[in-house]
Amino acid sequence: MTRNMGEQPKPSILDTAKQLRAELSDDYHDKVMTAIYADAAQIASTSVSRDTQKANLTFDRTLDRILTHPIFGFIAMGFMFLVVFWITIAGANIPSQMLSDLLLTHVYGWLHQAATALSLPTWLSGLTIDGIYLATAWVIAVMLPPMAIFFPLFTLLEDFGYLPRVAFNLDRLFAKAGTHGKQSLSMMMGFGCNAAGVVSTRIIDSPRERLIAIITNNFSICNGRWPTLILMGTIFIGAMAPPALASLIAALSVMTVAVLGIVFSLLVSWGLSRTWLKGETSVFSLELPPYRPPQIWRTLYTSIIDRTLIVLWRAIMMAAPAGAVIWLSSNIMLGDASIAAHLVNFLNPLGMVLGLNGVILVAYIVAIPANEIVIPTVLMLTMTLGGVAGAQAGVMLELENAQVYNVLTQVGDWTLLTAVNLMLFSLLHNPCSTTIWTIWTETKSAKWTAVATFLPIAMGVAVTFTTTTIAHLLNLV
Amino acid sequence: MTTQIMPNCETCPAYNASSLKKLGVSAEGADYVIALAGNPNTGKSTVFNALTGLRQHVGNWPGKTVARAEGGFTYNDKTYKLVDLPGTYSLLSTSTDEEIARNFILFGQPSVTIVVVDATRLERNLNLALQILQITDRVVVALNLIDEAERHGIEIDVRHLSRKLGVPVVPMAARQMQGIPELLDAVEQVARQKIATKPHRVRQTDAQLEGALNTLIDQIEAIYPGLPNARWVALRLLDGDESIEQAIRDNRLGNLTQPAVLQQPTREPLIAVEAIS
Repeated sequence: MTRNMGEQPKPSILDTAKQLRAELSDDYHDKVMTAIYADAAQIASTSVSRDTQKANLTFDRTLDRILTHPIFGFIAMGFMFLVVFWITIAGANIPSQMLSDLLLTHVYGWLHQAATALSLPTWLSGLTIDGIYLATAWVIAVMLPPMAIFFPLFTLLEDFGYLPRVAFNLDRLFAKAGTHGKQSLSMMMGFGCNAAGVVSTRIIDSPRERLIAIITNNFSICNGRWPTLILMGTIFIGAMAPPALASLIAALSVMTVAVLGIVFSLLVSWGLSRTWLKGETSVFSLELPPYRPPQIWRTLYTSIIDRTLIVLWRAIMMAAPAGAVIWLSSNIMLGDASIAAHLVNFLNPLGMVLGLNGVILVAYIVAIPANEIVIPTVLMLTMTLGGVAGAQAGVMLELENAQVYNVLTQVGDWTLLTAVNLMLFSLLHNPCSTTIWTIWTETKSAKWTAVATFLPIAMGVAVTFTTTTIAHLLNLV
Repeated sequence: MTTQIMPNCETCPAYNASSLKKLGVSAEGADYVIALAGNPNTGKSTVFNALTGLRQHVGNWPGKTVARAEGGFTYNDKTYKLVDLPGTYSLLSTSTDEEIARNFILFGQPSVTIVVVDATRLERNLNLALQILQITDRVVVALNLIDEAERHGIEIDVRHLSRKLGVPVVPMAARQMQGIPELLDAVEQVARQKIATKPHRVRQTDAQLEGALNTLIDQIEAIYPGLPNARWVALRLLDGDESIEQAIRDNRLGNLTQPAVLQQPTREPLIAVEAIS
């Protein structure tokens, strides 16, 4: 420890401390805290005077009595999120159609006309227009409208002070699962972004409980996955209901997947805390902040600028190169088929067993850096491999929801089962590469990073395989 | 209320535009490093945004900020670098967020630590403020959410509180941009050592514990004369705080004996903290 005996005095402080520590009683920590608390109480009591007449915290208390009630709390929670999803789905429909009309029909057509006028080589216009442009345009058309509605709504709930109440309600369940109640907070963070959720587990001081929170954070649906769920819920599930109820049913289906995520999170936590990560559950106190009237304009501004546009930008940055890769891989021939076709054909048997298909599995590989590009990749691959898009100019590309449905069912042979399984797989698959990297930097453990990466995907395979097998046995599809 | 300026002045951009310049993230070679600490959900991020012009998302729930965010501003021709620490209830546990906050306040040697305190929950918030006062005497208490406290019929004798704590206390409502000029003023005064602070130090009531602490404090002060927080170091050593034990072993604790203002705040302590966190 010391190189030079002459410099001995420094470690000797440590020795003294060690000696003194041994003599102290076990409740050292409590005594230190008590002394601080006593001083704090004394200072506060002499500085604060209360006007009891005016102390009308009753609104907060009444509201809390309902929102954190063991039964009504959950009903209110379900209702609140259902309304958020419903507004998102119902509201995103028309702007989505307008955007795809603009970007995928008009602009796309103009670009091709311009390319012809400039007599660009086919490979160049294909790579840039049918590859890079199309993927980016799809990302914008599919993602922008729902996000621009969903994020501000979610942020308003957050600013109002509702999210800690959700965490409070869920805390009871997490305690039963043998984990730290603060996990409900990191889980709420994960509903925005899993990487942020993983970082937020720093508030949990027991390493065991923190690991559980990190591993299960992926079961919170993140920004990149909401659009997939919303699209599938809208065009496959909502569309089965009568038009008046379509948005509501779609919202219900999205909420079901989100709730399933919470259920899986609890189940896996329960399993881990009873096997691999055994130990005692810590207690903590969660402070419920006062309800605050949200600053609506500021919230709208920050959530659109900071959240929607940042997430969209990230998606575009991922979609542009992905579009190029997809176009190249579906146009470079290897023997009798393109690279993409080989890959899709190779993964197709596995995909079929899972009630998905090869295209979806390829899309999930392409989308490892960002889940946002799953849908554009699926659409591009389905269309190019099905011989619809791209090279044959003049093909209608106005991909509003009805056409997406047609492309997927007619060209891609999708069924309701495919859509349901895609929703489940969207919930249960490996975290994106950013999250995996974050898990590694937070845990510095290859083992736990691997567990957090492969456990969800193993569960996804198991769950989709089960639903598919049951559906086939019951002859549902 | 100690300082009361004309109402509406503080919300008027012209009022402090002359002296406050928001620098966003660029605060290279800052004259002073300011740490921003406080309980979760007291409005730390709001204060941070108000001073730096950054738009770190502000959430109404505890645990929103768990990492350090940095930004800068200039005030009266001096450059300040503002470090937003994770919100914590205490600095005595082993969780990562508390460790980040604790180590930055100790080893980062900020010129001033702003402790944002929720006026509606003063007692609980003082627990953290008192712990910070054990570590550093260069503290300004930002008594935030004063408007909410008023609505709930809570009145706080700011002058008394300031005298008890031994550091400036600035009542403010950061969401409404009220109190920002006074906060800047207090921060500047403490940073330039124009105000002598005399932080409240907690005494232990337990005789054996107090005895053990004093033995250790004597020894620490003998080796590191001028260490501003020997009592805190002793307290942490009795608790077996590894980062402080390590700091003694590699003689980093000795660096803390010089008043921070004489040293140009270098990036070095920051990197050291990063390595620990």
